[in-house]
Amino acid sequence: MSATDESTGGSTKPRLLEVEDLHVEFRTREATANVLNGVGYHVDAGETLAVLGESGSGKSVTAQSVMGILDTPPGFVTKGAIRYRGEELLAATEDRRRELRGENMAMIFQDALSALNPVYTVGFQIAEQFRFRRGMSRKDAMAKAAEMLDMVKIPNAKQRVKEFPHQFSGGMRQRAMIAMSLALDPDLLIADEPTTALDVTVQAQIMDLLDELRRERGMGMILITHDLGVVAEVADRIAVMYAGRVVEESDAESLYERPAHPYTEGLMESIPRLDQKGEQLASIKGLPPNLANIPEGCPFHPRCHRATDECRRKVPELLELRPGRYSACHFAEELISSE
Amino acid sequence: MSEPILQVRDLVKHFPVQQGIVFKKTIGHVRAVDGVSFDLNRGETLGIVGESGCGKSTLAQVLMRLEQPTSGSALFEGVDMFGKKSASQLRQLRRDMQIVLQDPYTSLNPRKTVGDIVGEPFEIHPEVAPKGDRQRRVQELLDTVGLNPEHVRRYPHQFSGGQRQRIGIARALALKPKVIVCDEPVSALDVSIQAQVMNLLGDLQSEFGLSYIFIAHDLGVVRHLSDRVGVMYLGKMVENGTEEQIYEHPQHPYTQALLSSVPVPDPSVRDRREAIRLTGDVPSPANPPSGCRFRTRCWKAQDICAEQEPELAVRRDGGRIDLELADGHPSACHFAERHEHVVS
Repeated sequence: MSATDESTGGSTKPRLLEVEDLHVEFRTREATANVLNGVGYHVDAGETLAVLGESGSGKSVTAQSVMGILDTPPGFVTKGAIRYRGEELLAATEDRRRELRGENMAMIFQDALSALNPVYTVGFQIAEQFRFRRGMSRKDAMAKAAEMLDMVKIPNAKQRVKEFPHQFSGGMRQRAMIAMSLALDPDLLIADEPTTALDVTVQAQIMDLLDELRRERGMGMILITHDLGVVAEVADRIAVMYAGRVVEESDAESLYERPAHPYTEGLMESIPRLDQKGEQLASIKGLPPNLANIPEGCPFHPRCHRATDECRRKVPELLELRPGRYSACHFAEELISSE
Repeated sequence: MSEPILQVRDLVKHFPVQQGIVFKKTIGHVRAVDGVSFDLNRGETLGIVGESGCGKSTLAQVLMRLEQPTSGSALFEGVDMFGKKSASQLRQLRRDMQIVLQDPYTSLNPRKTVGDIVGEPFEIHPEVAPKGDRQRRVQELLDTVGLNPEHVRRYPHQFSGGQRQRIGIARALALKPKVIVCDEPVSALDVSIQAQVMNLLGDLQSEFGLSYIFIAHDLGVVRHLSDRVGVMYLGKMVENGTEEQIYEHPQHPYTQALLSSVPVPDPSVRDRREAIRLTGDVPSPANPPSGCRFRTRCWKAQDICAEQEPELAVRRDGGRIDLELADGHPSACHFAERHEHVVS
């Protein structure tokens, strides 16, 4: 990989995770939806990559492909590569992938209530991993589970392990799921909208916890979200997705300072800010494209105020504008250098 | 702003918690709304913010008379809303107040066409649009909310989330109401679509002179649309004031913590911001703490907070600085303190 070599200064140490030109389609009886159309991003150990996008942009599907939990059918990976520390995952056996899940990479989900099994205690569900993967006894595993709950700051953890998910509040369930995902000490954590279902005060607690754990353990984290506020608080780098592609990638600060893609720009202008009151929000006109019928050329052109004939004909490639800043727009250079 | 169109006083809604199948026994009450008062002025937007379980949606339902209040009163244009009413009086009241719901997927009947959904209010209130005129009225409404008037024969599943919310708004507008209660109208939508719907709500307000009660948990959204804001916690209003008073000089510790929890979309302020982090979760409204309901999560809590419930009133800052002179909006805290720059 030439890109890898360039940015790691020629060292041969492979990246923690690298996704390259990933294509996924969902085949249904009526149509084939091109959900991913060449997604590429990477995460290094100890950093947080935020994947930003609206519903249907393919951010969760990419994560599911990485974890190997994409529902097939209807989803099929048709092209591309996913490498974990240099190991090609799409070619790996199901046994190997199962081994990697939990041990090396883990995922937490938006809806903790449906991700936890309602008929087992929270402690049992965490302890399960220690019993089957570490060969611990029931008792030791339970004690270890209590330790994990304590780590995610659930008060009175020794008692709480014996409780069921419905006895936990929303924030505590999310904490329990974090404890479960980190039980086997993975070095890559994918957090898929971890705080979307939570209230702001609890959201802040959970984001602080995730950030702290990532720092302590030197994990790489992929944070999938649509909330530009959350991203600004924790992300090191950001990949913005639209219609199954990364349309902009950048370090967090420069992206917020000056977006290099009209879609990112539109997103920024559509958020109602807490610190100012505007009259009219600048919204992005129109709707996201139907994935079974993505417009020709740049997929964003029907909603873009800059669109020209070139945009309607030619798909812009994701090009590096400045070191570490990528954009897939024909006008990226203008956007980034304009005042 | 002009005279109040809606005056709500000490509104209470308790839901009984029952046990037993044949002999039902009430074993407690969920105090969803527990003494809320406010005024809504004509043509203005009152934002109500709070976390889940604070009673903001129950408040909406009681105001729409979808739930009977346990006690309290509300005057709509000077007329008592909750007293005994004839069917025709109630019908008139319902005409003047409409609601837009959160979930555009479940609030529209999937078996009806958009034309039927938006036109249904005219079945109950034929005086608004005579029969022959309805089709035209419906198309006008669709046009008003930015939908294609030719789509009257389509079904809800043929529309996206944002478009469905527009259908819900068109239905609410059908009877030319004076007040619209918006219960989390944009929280199910993506940001780019959310902005479109918020702009639409703003445009409609100035076009038809509507008054909104705008309920949401997103503080940014509420600030953007509201003239005045009320902050709720566990069934109580803990602070209310103009949009500027609440966001620039919050007095109640809960409001301050709430504002400080909202992530700011600007990485450059990441480490400069003051972070007030609350611990724990919101207590159960079935068994709220004694005294001040926020005291279990409050860093200022002292003995008095457990004993005496603070009233929602204009506060003096420990007797030293008169907050009324400085600002003058009410908050319900024994230790209310003017606080600046929580937001940025």
